[in-house]
Amino acid sequence: MSVPHDGQAVRLAQGLGWLSIALGISQLASPKTANRLVGVQPTRVNRDLMRLVGVRELVAGIGILSRRQPSGFLWARVGGDAMDLALLGNAVASQRDTHRDTRRTGAAAAAVAAVAALDVVAARRSVATGQAPEGNTMEARTAAITINAPSETVYASWRDFEGLPTFMYHLESVQPTGDGRSHWVAKAPGGTTIEWDAEVTDDIPGERIAWRSVEGASVRNEGSVRFADAPGGQGTEVSVELAYSPPGGAVGSLVAKLFGEEPGQGGAVGSLVAKLFGEEPGQQISDDLRRFKQLVETGEIARSEGSPWGSRAKNAAHQKDAHPREDGEIRAAIDEEQGVGP
Amino acid sequence: MKAACWMGAHRVVVQEVPDPKIINPRDAVVRITSTAICGSDLHLYDGYMPTMEKGDVLGHEFMGEVVEVGPGASSTLRVGDRVVVPFPIACGACLPCERDLYSLCENSNPNAAMAEKVFGFPTAGIFGYSHLTGGYAGGQAQYARVPFADIGPLKIESDLSDEQVLFLSDILPTGYMGAEMCDIEAGDVVAVWGAGAVGQFAVASAFLLGAERVIAIDRFPYRLEMARTNTGAEVINYEDTDVNQALKEMTGGRGPDACIDAVGMEAHHGTGVIQAYDRVKQAVRLETERPHALRQAITSCRNGGVVSVIGVYGGFVDKFPMGSVMNRSITIRSGQCHVQRYMRPLLERIERGEIDPTFIVTHRLGLDEAPAGYETFKHKEDDCVKMILDPSA
Ligand SMILES: NC(=O)c1ccc[n+]([C@@H]2O[C@H](COP(=O)([O-])OP(=O)(O)OC[C@H]3O[C@@H](n4cnc5c(N)ncnc54)[C@H](O)[C@@H]3O)[C@@H](O)[C@H]2O)c1
Ligand SMILES: [Zn+2]
Ligand SMILES: [Zn+2]
Repeated sequence: MSVPHDGQAVRLAQGLGWLSIALGISQLASPKTANRLVGVQPTRVNRDLMRLVGVRELVAGIGILSRRQPSGFLWARVGGDAMDLALLGNAVASQRDTHRDTRRTGAAAAAVAAVAALDVVAARRSVATGQAPEGNTMEARTAAITINAPSETVYASWRDFEGLPTFMYHLESVQPTGDGRSHWVAKAPGGTTIEWDAEVTDDIPGERIAWRSVEGASVRNEGSVRFADAPGGQGTEVSVELAYSPPGGAVGSLVAKLFGEEPGQGGAVGSLVAKLFGEEPGQQISDDLRRFKQLVETGEIARSEGSPWGSRAKNAAHQKDAHPREDGEIRAAIDEEQGVGP
Repeated sequence: MKAACWMGAHRVVVQEVPDPKIINPRDAVVRITSTAICGSDLHLYDGYMPTMEKGDVLGHEFMGEVVEVGPGASSTLRVGDRVVVPFPIACGACLPCERDLYSLCENSNPNAAMAEKVFGFPTAGIFGYSHLTGGYAGGQAQYARVPFADIGPLKIESDLSDEQVLFLSDILPTGYMGAEMCDIEAGDVVAVWGAGAVGQFAVASAFLLGAERVIAIDRFPYRLEMARTNTGAEVINYEDTDVNQALKEMTGGRGPDACIDAVGMEAHHGTGVIQAYDRVKQAVRLETERPHALRQAITSCRNGGVVSVIGVYGGFVDKFPMGSVMNRSITIRSGQCHVQRYMRPLLERIERGEIDPTFIVTHRLGLDEAPAGYETFKHKEDDCVKMILDPSA
């Protein structure tokens, strides 16, 4: 590529490339120390995750250095930062009893946040001198999955809005209120809820459903789901797009995302909203879709002793050890997940 | 109940944990009458499979009696049924399940997102086999919860003993699949790396599927002897023989038509330097495997032949002879076994007396003795090939 770009942006990008590689190597070589440094319990799974994050850093770093126009990889770094911050958020939430660790995790979060800020700057500059990144708006999230059932069946399962909360964990209830409208209640940290009314804007049986919040709703959002026959009789391709407009714009949502993970710190509507739609961009919808597929294909959500909550990416960071539990414990874990989540 | 729990590398402790209960409608609970330690468990024991958590119940080869059935499984399973449980957890309804690719079930791994990050796409849940494959409690225990119990467990209605049918849960189908992937034709010579339980069954299956000759490769004379006497294999001890050279000589310079890797990620290498190279890289996690057997299987294979990989790998392999694969039109096939596909036909072969899988059993211990069992099995002491554990003893 020979798009001209200014030297400063390139230097910043290269610096970040080397930083990625250094980070990656230290995470790979000593995930235990890396975990201790950021104050996360060095459990096996967390250590292995640290290694995975390390590999990700290496790939991003090498990508930045070996490309002349590195904005795609820089945005990958931004995504990586968000993932780290989410993991650190979980660490804070699950370790509030030990002050020293919390302080350490806080410092690590601040460091990652600072790097994140650099990443955003670098990615922006890089974009300003090159092409725009693809698919990186914070607001719109998409995911797709193929379900081994006819499109009419899959459509019908989704169209029953009251059933959405069984696989969309952030929802508490959806109640039809007549003439294509429904009342949505979502769970927010601290036992609070956010509510809005939505209307169906498009409804083609077996093909598409679209909805959006009505005029004046506290959280402006819209969504659509498309059902298409998969080639070769492989069932139905389900594609979902959700969009919301965070109060305070893109920065507000990024900030909210940083702190929205910790219950009790919420309060600002922005952070609640980010908590609802956040985690990694698109990840929550992917998780929702996996559970939807499980329900349609098997009638139940897969649960293990180590992961009783069922498919949810962010639970990777705090697996239970995989042995049977006392009666109430699994039920409590499930309820907790279908509440706000750990 | 008592269960063998993974407490860190080289540390297995038998301890009390709560009894399993039904969680999902299609679950059943099985009282385990026989369970086994597998070569795959050694990868966990040695700490090479990522995402184990301290306290995880081990074990994925087990059978027993159904003691509780969820409402979603009651149409096919009754309390009192005697069943062998396949190690991959599979729903029976997704597309891979419909296509008999059960270890790729899309609905049984609650940690699918984690597996997706490591492998690109997730794989099925497996009992007692790390959190990447779901975080399910395993079957080296007195009881186990079995998800999708309406389609997985195989009912044993004849009076075959536990030892005759237990290995339908994993290693017999695995060895069979290893041979089946070789597309054996009349006159074929098949070479099998690893004369463990999986390798033994791969050798036996290759003969069943029509191989003219089968050559077993290992370094333990007692294991090679077992392959020779029980299945009629020719053998190579790689510690005193150059394997590539020997295979050429034994096949008129052609090389075996198909090669089966029944060793996996912890292969041992005769010469110190390469062994050290891979051990160091494995130790600092720059590679996760020691793939000597796989490399050798590839370079030994006849032009246009098949390399069938049933030994388990978990991550990244270095010095992979891709040039040899590409330029010589080698086909590589592999997979965690799609056990459900093979259980019934293989049970029928056992019932007809065509296979007697009991020849591999060398040790019978009580569940309490599992920690010692792991040690003996790991170091191949006391001529050990296969350990069976009795949870009631
Ligand atoms: N694909 C599946 O579904 C599946 C199922 C079960 C087991 N497995 C895998 O199969 C493999 C074997 O299992 P097992 O129970 O027989 O284990 P095992 O440990 O009893 O046997 C492994 C054998 O390989 C031999 N070996 C080591 N290095 C070698 C080399 N360089 N060349 C030739 N032989 C070598 C060892 O001496 C040993 O006898 C393991 O990797 C296990 O994880 C895969
Ligand atoms: Zn096994
Ligand atoms: Zn399935």
